[in-house]
Amino acid sequence: MALLTRRSVLTGLGFSTIIGTTAGLVLSPSFRDLALGSGEKLAYQTHRLIGRNALAPEFTEADMSPDFRTNGNTMPKSSDYQRHMETDFANWQLQVDGLVSTPKAFSLAALKAMPARTQITRHDCVEGWSAIGKWTGVPLSALLSQVTLLPSARYLVLHCADDFSGDAYYESIDLVDAFHPQTILAHTMNDQPLSVGHGAPLRLRVERQLGYKQAKYIMRIEATATLAATGLGKGGFWEDQIGYDWYAGI
Amino acid sequence: MSITEPMTMPTQTAAKGGDVVDRHRLSTRLWHWTNAITIVIMLMSGLMIFNAHPRLYWGAYGANPDYAWLQIGATEANTGFVRVGSVTADTTGVLGRWTDSDGQVRNRAFPSWATLPQSYNLALARRWHLTFAWVFAVGLAAYLIRSLLNRHLQRDLLPTAEEIRPSQIWSDIKHHAKLQFPTGEAAQRYNILQKFAYLSVLIALIPGMILTGFTMSPGLNASLPWLLDLFGGRQSARSLHFIFAMGIMAFIVVHLLMVVLAGPINEVRSMITGRYRLPKEKN
Repeated sequence: MALLTRRSVLTGLGFSTIIGTTAGLVLSPSFRDLALGSGEKLAYQTHRLIGRNALAPEFTEADMSPDFRTNGNTMPKSSDYQRHMETDFANWQLQVDGLVSTPKAFSLAALKAMPARTQITRHDCVEGWSAIGKWTGVPLSALLSQVTLLPSARYLVLHCADDFSGDAYYESIDLVDAFHPQTILAHTMNDQPLSVGHGAPLRLRVERQLGYKQAKYIMRIEATATLAATGLGKGGFWEDQIGYDWYAGI
Repeated sequence: MSITEPMTMPTQTAAKGGDVVDRHRLSTRLWHWTNAITIVIMLMSGLMIFNAHPRLYWGAYGANPDYAWLQIGATEANTGFVRVGSVTADTTGVLGRWTDSDGQVRNRAFPSWATLPQSYNLALARRWHLTFAWVFAVGLAAYLIRSLLNRHLQRDLLPTAEEIRPSQIWSDIKHHAKLQFPTGEAAQRYNILQKFAYLSVLIALIPGMILTGFTMSPGLNASLPWLLDLFGGRQSARSLHFIFAMGIMAFIVVHLLMVVLAGPINEVRSMITGRYRLPKEKN
């Protein structure tokens, strides 16, 4: 009888777990949100565990997309940006501030004078398409070494010039990606100055994540201890607005 | 009629038609129902993810300016279509352009009854898909470890030399075509067609699904770059992921059909309680 009892207890537990979890997913929006957030956390931790410093695949010129389509905003509306565009970004400056010991501003000429990295990589949109292009820019780590992050800094928030209905685009990455050798601030694409459609004068390339992380029209980089204080607190425009995962490595 | 672990009979006498036998272990039954829910969620959320960019390509890259070998969409003449290569079929009302439950006409690839969530939401579909991938992975890992240890795979699923003789396979196909299923003692084992079906899911479709899924992750591309070489690039992996998913869907359709034909109450009961009544021998 002891065996029968043990078996029926296990059967009951097993089936009630399946039925209970399913009922929770169907009936309770808060349980559903909580449960469905776990995939992102597990992916983030797993990817950091197995390939913290792994390099994204790089391609040859023969592999490049003949036509690299644009996406998202392709013409920022702000008058500030329009003025910079008309003067070829001659007076444009990138602000680097927040939790850094020496905040600094960099002109486009200064950024272009810094040692650059060129990489031919694949850009993957969250919607499913991919395009391969050639990017040249300043490794973000080189910029960070000039401003020195404070020990409390955990994230970099990239503030952009474009907006959707008045809500400014922004994105954020952790420090593993910030110091990754392929993470660059690209000013050149396919051997040409970065076009307005693709994010002139400066866009982020964070090659192990999806397209919406590759912030265009960067105006300011802010080192922060938390993501809660920017926008609606989820670490990016699309994360805030429609619930894309902050970690977009999958 | 599912991926099961038939139990060896504890009795000395051979079982005969009409006997009720222990057929599925508790772990098998729990795994089956977890999978049933997980796979429905992953298929339906997968179709929603496909809806975000209803075009498939071969190679490393592929986007709107590039040639898609498969496309589902709507024409300017307001018809829905599926195009494979140069062949186009009108699918108005089902694929590409259809009417939702509120009477709204939508230009989307898969209709709302087939997707999770029902109305277009890529962010939420990705959360369902990428969270339940972990549920599926944990269940599969437990199944494989257990089935290798207790020799379920070798004992119950590996075809015997006798079974793979062409004459034997042909006779099994004829019996299936006539809807004559094994009875009595023979119903305790998988027949060769079942073995082929389950093995192709276990050895080809499921690993194919998982690995092509991994290959679409830019994060995993950095850690496991050989996957890109294996499948011929990210967009090829996306195409194969879709094709394998259609294979899984075909397996589920056949599986459910067989359950109905073989006696749904007895079959479903055996997957809930574990007890199965062997079909009576015909004279």
